[in-house]
Amino acid sequence: MRRYVIIGSGAAGVAAAETIRTLDPTGKIWILTGDPHGYYSRPGLAYWLSGEVPESQLYPYPNEYLRGLNLQWHVEPVTDIRPDAHLVDLKNGKSLPYDRLLIATGATAMMPDAPGINLDGVVKLDSWEDTQHILQRARRGQTAVVVGGGITALELVEGLAARGMRVHYFLRGDRYWSGVLDPTESQLVEERLSEDGVIVHHNTNLLEVLGSGGRVKGVIVQEGDRSYQLDCRLVAAAIGIRPRIELAARAGLGVRRGILATALLQTNDQDIFAAGDVAEILDPISGKALLDSLWKPAMKMGCVAGSNMAGISARYTKLSPFNVTRLAGLVTTIIGQVASQPEAGAKDRDLPGVIMRGDSEVWRLMPEAVVAQSYREGSRLRLYIRQNYFAGAVIMGDQTLSRPMEQMIRVQTDISAIREALLAPEAALIDILSPFIQENQNSYAVKVA
Amino acid sequence: MFALLFNDTSQKREVLAAGRVVPETDRCVQCGICNYNCPINIDVRLHALRGEPVHDRHCLTCGECVLRCPRGVLHFEANG
Repeated sequence: MRRYVIIGSGAAGVAAAETIRTLDPTGKIWILTGDPHGYYSRPGLAYWLSGEVPESQLYPYPNEYLRGLNLQWHVEPVTDIRPDAHLVDLKNGKSLPYDRLLIATGATAMMPDAPGINLDGVVKLDSWEDTQHILQRARRGQTAVVVGGGITALELVEGLAARGMRVHYFLRGDRYWSGVLDPTESQLVEERLSEDGVIVHHNTNLLEVLGSGGRVKGVIVQEGDRSYQLDCRLVAAAIGIRPRIELAARAGLGVRRGILATALLQTNDQDIFAAGDVAEILDPISGKALLDSLWKPAMKMGCVAGSNMAGISARYTKLSPFNVTRLAGLVTTIIGQVASQPEAGAKDRDLPGVIMRGDSEVWRLMPEAVVAQSYREGSRLRLYIRQNYFAGAVIMGDQTLSRPMEQMIRVQTDISAIREALLAPEAALIDILSPFIQENQNSYAVKVA
Repeated sequence: MFALLFNDTSQKREVLAAGRVVPETDRCVQCGICNYNCPINIDVRLHALRGEPVHDRHCLTCGECVLRCPRGVLHFEANG
């Protein structure tokens, strides 16, 4: 009977356990986790914070389903992996033997390096515990400060505003998420935040968090040339995440920013696998090893790793990453390579060289492509066109085109017939794309299948 | 103007009555907002996870799940 040990109870870990159980009905599967709250939707935490969903709805699987998988689920942190002995050491002093091991430890939120950052009232949105921590401290009418960029920072801004807090959003650069959005899209998001009463500050750095009796009472910030104090009760940060590679590094496995893994999701030890946010995998399009922090790819990696652990060969192919999210109320789909062209080389000062949750490094690759964009009634479409296919797209607002765009990017549909029209000045992209999509629907549907 | 509005509404009803909710599984992050907003407690999320249309005969096609999903996972498709 094969013994499987999975470290981590997130999307990748649970998907791996499900796959293993399907392929090996009698194997013994342990899930070891430091999170006592079971398997919940991590992206759903933002909606718990905003009040759109109660905590009780965050659990995708009924308990009986998880029980049916016959897993040995232990809330017990792992302190060390000993590859030579095929053992993991647990915090309680015991050791557990394995035949196949999966490291699916995810990533952890980084916190700003500022005095006072450990005060009660400095929060992040990383886990069930963090969300509850915020909700216990969020008071209607009080002031909150949010620092950081990307999706999570905005979720904090919107969630705290929905809870009735007066929110100041500090951006270190001159616009929101400059690594992925273009100036018009950033402006669209910022305008909508302002309409909702959020006060957006540009070129502003958090210098210090001030406290009284161990609790946050304000911040000192530098905004342009002047520094000043702002009273607040909550400081929320989302400045990036860091893959949890410590166990792997101590065990002598190959690590860089994440744990290096092959397409089989195998590390440099043939019995140890890595999946999810912690895994760093080669992107076949760019030829670079890149990180993703996306729910669905994490699940897919878990399935592939689980299959290989159970002895059924499977390969993980990194597809054009895409995420659908809401930015200041605008549903936004980001697909493929979309780094904003006019600011080539410009750094996102809110996320300097790090990855966020809901983020993919592939998005920030500069496509060798030309850009076409159009804006109509609160909806915006930006396309990257390489030779005769789409390399990436950002679709904000109306999502009618997002499904066909995603498919066309994935299968690299030949767009020679409309390329010139799309690149004409002031081109009405939607009017050009709609009939093309209609005509080509069957052909790319077949390719996808 | 009113004729136009009326026309739009009746068309929409027709689509709902003849349609079903179809998920796009790759977009779903299993947040549970669909389940929470379903007036008759259909496990829409499970359908989304499995990539199956909501074929529950109790489904009212009221559109709450489609409307509330923050990631555009769900859409109506005509039966056929």
